[in-house]
Amino acid sequence: MNVVFAIIAVVTIAAGVAAMSLRNLVHCALALTVAFAGLAAAYLQLGAQFVGFTQILVYIGAVAILIVFAILLTRGSEPAQQPIISSGWIAGVAVAVIVLAVLVYAIGKSSIRDSKVPPAAEVTVRQIGDALMNKFVLPLEVVGLLLTAALIGAVIIAMKEEKK
Amino acid sequence: MSPLAGYLILSAFLFSIGLAGALTRRNAIIVLIGIELMLNAANLNFIAFWRFSEHPEALTGIMFVIFSIGVAAAEAAVGLALIIAIYRHYKTTNVDEVNSLKG
Repeated sequence: MNVVFAIIAVVTIAAGVAAMSLRNLVHCALALTVAFAGLAAAYLQLGAQFVGFTQILVYIGAVAILIVFAILLTRGSEPAQQPIISSGWIAGVAVAVIVLAVLVYAIGKSSIRDSKVPPAAEVTVRQIGDALMNKFVLPLEVVGLLLTAALIGAVIIAMKEEKK
Repeated sequence: MSPLAGYLILSAFLFSIGLAGALTRRNAIIVLIGIELMLNAANLNFIAFWRFSEHPEALTGIMFVIFSIGVAAAEAAVGLALIIAIYRHYKTTNVDEVNSLKG
């Protein structure tokens, strides 16, 4: 438990809470970006450099921008004084709190609570590339196919409907 | 408390925050943001277990997270396209008002 982890945890959780609770949607998207950056810092702290930079590229560079675009495209019709949370919010918050309590209880009871820290492994991008091209080549192809299909599907769904 | 437990608890908090937002907010885009937070919490678990495992040279945690990020990107693209299509049809992104299938 060091200082860096404490800072990362506090910033990430605060940004997550802000992303879920602010009224202005653009502020929510910006808070979400901070949460993604905090997670990327956590990955770097854990020694997974490649995943950390992938997180920055994909989430901050692409997903956050996509969300901002969607917010700006769908704004304008929302009445300002509407409540931002739905009517059944007590049940939703109760479910989330119960899930959190169960997870924390399970972590606290398990043997990992005082497990030893093994030495960090050196993982180079070359090793990751080798693994992707040899051992994991079939999943890689499947993900490529999935991304192509998803992007074509997204374009078709978002295309303007033909006037009949 | 070991570092692994710390990361797991951080991940549990992020997951619960995302779940609470996805279940309570009325705007469909914020619901999608909550789902993204939950996916990221799962990814953090994978990386934490990989780092503190006995055989980190096997790279399984990193590989799983890379593929998970790819699938999450596809999910975000399709989800936001669906939200834009729904907005064009209903003129709202409030999930409480979008309650009929034939429109």
